[in-house]
Amino acid sequence: MELEKFYYDNRIARAFAFATILWAIVGMLVGVIIAFQLAEPALNLGVAQTTFGRLRPLHTNAVIFAFVGNGIFTAVYYSFPRLLKARMFSDTLNWIHFWGWQLIIVLAALTLVMGITTSKEYAELEWPIDILITIIWVIFGINMLGTIFKRRERHLYVGIWFFLAGWVTVAMLHLVNSFAIPVTLFKSYSWYAGVQDALVQWWYGHNAVAFFLTTPYLGLMYYFVPKAANRPVYSYRLSIIHFWSLIFLYIWAGPHHLLYTALPDWAQSLGTVFSIMLILPSWGGMLNGLFTLRGAWDKVREDPVLKFFVVALTCYGMATIEGPLLSLKNVNSYSHYTDWTVAHVHVGALGWNGFLTFGMLYWLIPRLYKTKLHSVKLASTHFWIGTLGIILYAVPMYWSGFKQSLMWKDFTPEGQLTYSFMDSVQSVLPFYLLRAIGGTVYLAGAILMVYNLYKTTKAGTFVSEVEVEAAPLSKQYVAPANAHWHSWVERKPIQLLVFSLIVVGIGGIVELVPTFLVKSNVPTIASVKPYTPLELQGRDIYIREGCYTCHSQMIRPFRDEVARYGDYSKAGEFVYDHPFQWGSKRTGPDLARQGGKNPNSWHFNHLLDPQSTSPGSVMPRYPWLFKKDLNNTSLPKKIKAMQTLGVPYEKGYESIAQFDLDKQANMIAEDLKANKIEISSKKEIIAVIAYLQRLGTDIKAER
Amino acid sequence: MKFINYLESISGVGIFPMISLLTFFSFFTLCIIYVIKADAKSMDEMKNIPLDLEDNKNK
Repeated sequence: MELEKFYYDNRIARAFAFATILWAIVGMLVGVIIAFQLAEPALNLGVAQTTFGRLRPLHTNAVIFAFVGNGIFTAVYYSFPRLLKARMFSDTLNWIHFWGWQLIIVLAALTLVMGITTSKEYAELEWPIDILITIIWVIFGINMLGTIFKRRERHLYVGIWFFLAGWVTVAMLHLVNSFAIPVTLFKSYSWYAGVQDALVQWWYGHNAVAFFLTTPYLGLMYYFVPKAANRPVYSYRLSIIHFWSLIFLYIWAGPHHLLYTALPDWAQSLGTVFSIMLILPSWGGMLNGLFTLRGAWDKVREDPVLKFFVVALTCYGMATIEGPLLSLKNVNSYSHYTDWTVAHVHVGALGWNGFLTFGMLYWLIPRLYKTKLHSVKLASTHFWIGTLGIILYAVPMYWSGFKQSLMWKDFTPEGQLTYSFMDSVQSVLPFYLLRAIGGTVYLAGAILMVYNLYKTTKAGTFVSEVEVEAAPLSKQYVAPANAHWHSWVERKPIQLLVFSLIVVGIGGIVELVPTFLVKSNVPTIASVKPYTPLELQGRDIYIREGCYTCHSQMIRPFRDEVARYGDYSKAGEFVYDHPFQWGSKRTGPDLARQGGKNPNSWHFNHLLDPQSTSPGSVMPRYPWLFKKDLNNTSLPKKIKAMQTLGVPYEKGYESIAQFDLDKQANMIAEDLKANKIEISSKKEIIAVIAYLQRLGTDIKAER
Repeated sequence: MKFINYLESISGVGIFPMISLLTFFSFFTLCIIYVIKADAKSMDEMKNIPLDLEDNKNK
């Protein structure tokens, strides 16, 4: 058959590679800053935009969607043309995708710092940005599928399956989890409430890890590890099992983020069982990657690219055995809400995602510039510095995680809690400092890489188009006699896509449907009432300031938690919580039963200067809450939105809500005045106090 | 809190775990049967897809 001549476009792969490098530095830098803030609260600077609660979502979003996201796209735009023997479907779509994604990142950074957030972890962006993400994601999909349709290679390589499954699942997760009712351009309320919101969020949250940070990166691994080692993957059979079992199992594991919470028992158990089963495909994949290097270990000693890949795969193995262990209820009862989780995710992010990306870049950039890497020695130095950074980061976090947990759960022989929460905060501070240093070391390594790659680009000349020749596909495919049904799937992208969607859909449906069917059966507690307008406004400020990044609102049914925080949380208490605020980390104490524990004046002083009421606290100060007037212009709209979501405010309440708000605000201001604190009832702090004083009191009243 | 109490109010909720178990079992059985039966030559071909064209050309 006659060969066709065509060109690979290296420009788009280069653009995404540079974007990955840029956002890696930004994301890690923000991470280092917030790590130091935890060790030294003065570094929050007393400014809203630089406070931990707003910067932490910026860090997670930058690392996940900007750094890793652009890493995924680099791999796709480099490997797709080569695996399919075709130029990408459309140059125009390439660039719409590229600039659209960078625009999303910039908008995300701006809005998060401004406090515009939905408070759903890793899905904090507000609805207009969510829509933009959907559009760009669809364009990315069209571009991938379009390329597949005009391919010159009959079979779709396994790497492509991972990219496609990641794409289709992220689309599903994003759509379901972002369901919200817009109030204004920058404010929306989650469609779901309480228990259901939590389940949907962690179904999303866990699978964002699975199908954004893992599945596409496995696609990257299946392409670049064989390329760098210059030998095919160890076992193609294993990769097929790896693919199907991984995407089948992952989607079910979400509820393991909610063990011992008010989430239904059966859903928790489901999450645990599937998490344990996940060890098999994960380790199958890791071994497949490592065994690819069999007989090439001498190369690993010299080639920094392979060194990065080996440690990345090892970290993948460690994170994927640790994850299932953390999903066991008995382990989780210790690990949850502590720094242990933070250590776990960073082994994955720094080791797996970070090192795989670095390895890819060190391999890719010299090839794009048709030259050799500027300095192999410097790259090896980066490797060692990076590894040291991971260890310096992870070990202190494990240590502080264990320490927190053991201190929280300790009782004296008389049956009293041995340690106050503040004792535990104080005892982990040195580890926070060490962790911040570890992060800095890791960042320093990445900066070495930037220099090294910059020098490489200067030494070579960029190859924007690569000429290649390949035969087109014949119209009629004659299957070999012994062909199997699966090879049919392997040749047909749409079938593969639909199959993958069904496979991941089953898990989602079985998990979510029962919880929604029983909506009316969540045992309602008669005394649980909707928030007053002032409390609702205070709650929105709580969300805006990212309080959930450090405070949980979910007391688990353990002796120590009940002794420390009060009666354990019930599913029925959260029926009006759009969105839920259970949180996932206790850098500060749980707030689920905060209402009535301290007087209004205490909260006033505490938010103005936490160290004044709680010596040794690492909480930032919130001086702007005392200066800014509460903005009530959207209050009627908020009440109406809540009514639409089924919150039983009486009809027409939106028109008198302001009156009720003023009344309650004046009461709080007067109470403060009686305690010698003069402040206008119009300030934001009044609403925050109202909300904090309400937390968990509905059930107390019943007793 | 035992959710099972109110789960019971969905008629025939027992079908959920049954369906999951059966889907899994059949899915993985099929997957493994395929992988075992798959043709070694075509496996090798697919395995080598990434190591094509550019590399060969440059040699």
